[in-house]
Amino acid sequence: MYSDMVMDHFKNPRNVGSLTDADGIGTEGNPVCGDIMKIYIKVQGNRITDVKFQTFGCGAAIATSSMVTEMVKGKTLEEAMVISNKAVAEALGGLPATKMHCSNLAADALHRAIEDYQAKQKVA
Amino acid sequence: MGKLIYLDHAATTPVHPKVLEAMLPYFSAKFGNPSSVYTLAQEARQAVETARTQVAEVLGSTPREIIFNSGGTESDNTAIKAVAFAQQKLGNHIITSVVEHHAVLETVHALEKMGFQATFLPVDKHGLVNPDDVGRAITDKTTLVSIMLANNEVGTIEPIADIAKVIKARAKGRKIAFHTDAVQGAGSLDLNVDKLGVDLLSLSSHKFYGPKGVGVLYVRRGGPFMTWQHGGSQERNRRAGTENVPGIVGTAAGLKLAEENREAFNKHCSALRDRLIVGVTKIERSYVTGHPTQRLANNASFYFEFVEGESILLNLDFEGVAASSGSACTSASLEPSHVLTSMGVPVESAHGSVRFTLGLENTQEEIDLIISILPGIVSRLRAMSPLSAEKR
Ligand SMILES: Cc1ncc(COP(=O)(O)O)c(C=O)c1O
Ligand SMILES: [Zn+2]
Repeated sequence: MYSDMVMDHFKNPRNVGSLTDADGIGTEGNPVCGDIMKIYIKVQGNRITDVKFQTFGCGAAIATSSMVTEMVKGKTLEEAMVISNKAVAEALGGLPATKMHCSNLAADALHRAIEDYQAKQKVA
Repeated sequence: MGKLIYLDHAATTPVHPKVLEAMLPYFSAKFGNPSSVYTLAQEARQAVETARTQVAEVLGSTPREIIFNSGGTESDNTAIKAVAFAQQKLGNHIITSVVEHHAVLETVHALEKMGFQATFLPVDKHGLVNPDDVGRAITDKTTLVSIMLANNEVGTIEPIADIAKVIKARAKGRKIAFHTDAVQGAGSLDLNVDKLGVDLLSLSSHKFYGPKGVGVLYVRRGGPFMTWQHGGSQERNRRAGTENVPGIVGTAAGLKLAEENREAFNKHCSALRDRLIVGVTKIERSYVTGHPTQRLANNASFYFEFVEGESILLNLDFEGVAASSGSACTSASLEPSHVLTSMGVPVESAHGSVRFTLGLENTQEEIDLIISILPGIVSRLRAMSPLSAEKR
């Protein structure tokens, strides 16, 4: 059902956890469809210097969360904003068709975290 | 990964070696078409009719009331459509429950689109249909009631005989057919159609150590029935098509064996089930789903808060354990189990459901292994979950 890369990220998820001093936090998903992803980012000089995730969900949800954290570390905010859910799925060697909509929301969660950071910057 | 620990017998069972042995001659040596006249064909005819008699014995029916077909889904479809359309002039109302298998629910939904009226009865928190609710739902337009014998997800055993009495009392001499989907009951429950008080009953062979793609529909003699599959005159004109001879032989062999083993099966499985339930519910914020006592001997179903079922199943699979879940992520519909939510399990929690269904070949060592690995899996996933952090 899943690619080897998905299974690898599911078995050994990278960057699990939270950041107590996060600069931005983003959540995506909803309890009805069964996948909720939360991404924490640390930003320094327009770059994402650290990132962590917490996910409630299936194999695809956990693997995409893990993958997006790997893809985004060290990237500028602009670079991070253009990472799409599709790109995350492709980086994992693809996902089963039924998983593309509901379980593939990690990039959206990342974008929410960046928006959260940017909103906080405006207030400050 | 060591040897497979198979705990998904409600999904399907392996073909029992004795069943396979009974089937094998009918693939090539005795391959005749039962409808032909020569000796080879008559061997096949004999095998089909012997099988019919064996199945009838288990159901306490006559052989002519048994229709062989392609499985549980076909049996449910046929039972509902055959009665609904045969009785259309007398009424258009069907009663069923919210916890039925999709083979029943979707059939009734399809009939609603064709102009039939349906009542979907609720269940209590244990998944039980209240017979009095059936009585209250009956109108002078009701022609069919379909309630399952035992639920495939949570194992709750419905009070079929009581419901039959209520229907009889409320029908006041009118004919209301009573169908039960007994697919999950075979091998564990008494399938005697008179004791159950049913007019139609569905079985699926691959749930009782028989082959896939074969099933049985019992239809009480003299009851309403409109044929759906037209063609040859097989199955007394009720289901056309050359018989699946090896499958039918395997169905009878499987059912006969299941009936002989029924007591041993229930004793063996219920002991393991209870051990599993005691062990697993030591995990904090874990809950048993289904009825505490009115449940199939081989069903142990749970949900775990803050974790998702498919993730648990994948982790169990790493250890060689096969189980199932009612989580949305394991269904194509992207919705969590309708059975769990209709029993009042919160949607988030329904995603964290895991079902273990046992069989004769399972051992205490296997159960103890599950009990030893599951807490680690759940706590590892909880550590990853944003829900646990928020709610605790
Ligand atoms: C209660 C119930 N009814 C019907 C079916 C469908 O049976 P089959 O797989 O033979 O079509 C199943 C099995 O999936 C079942 O558990
Ligand atoms: Zn999912």
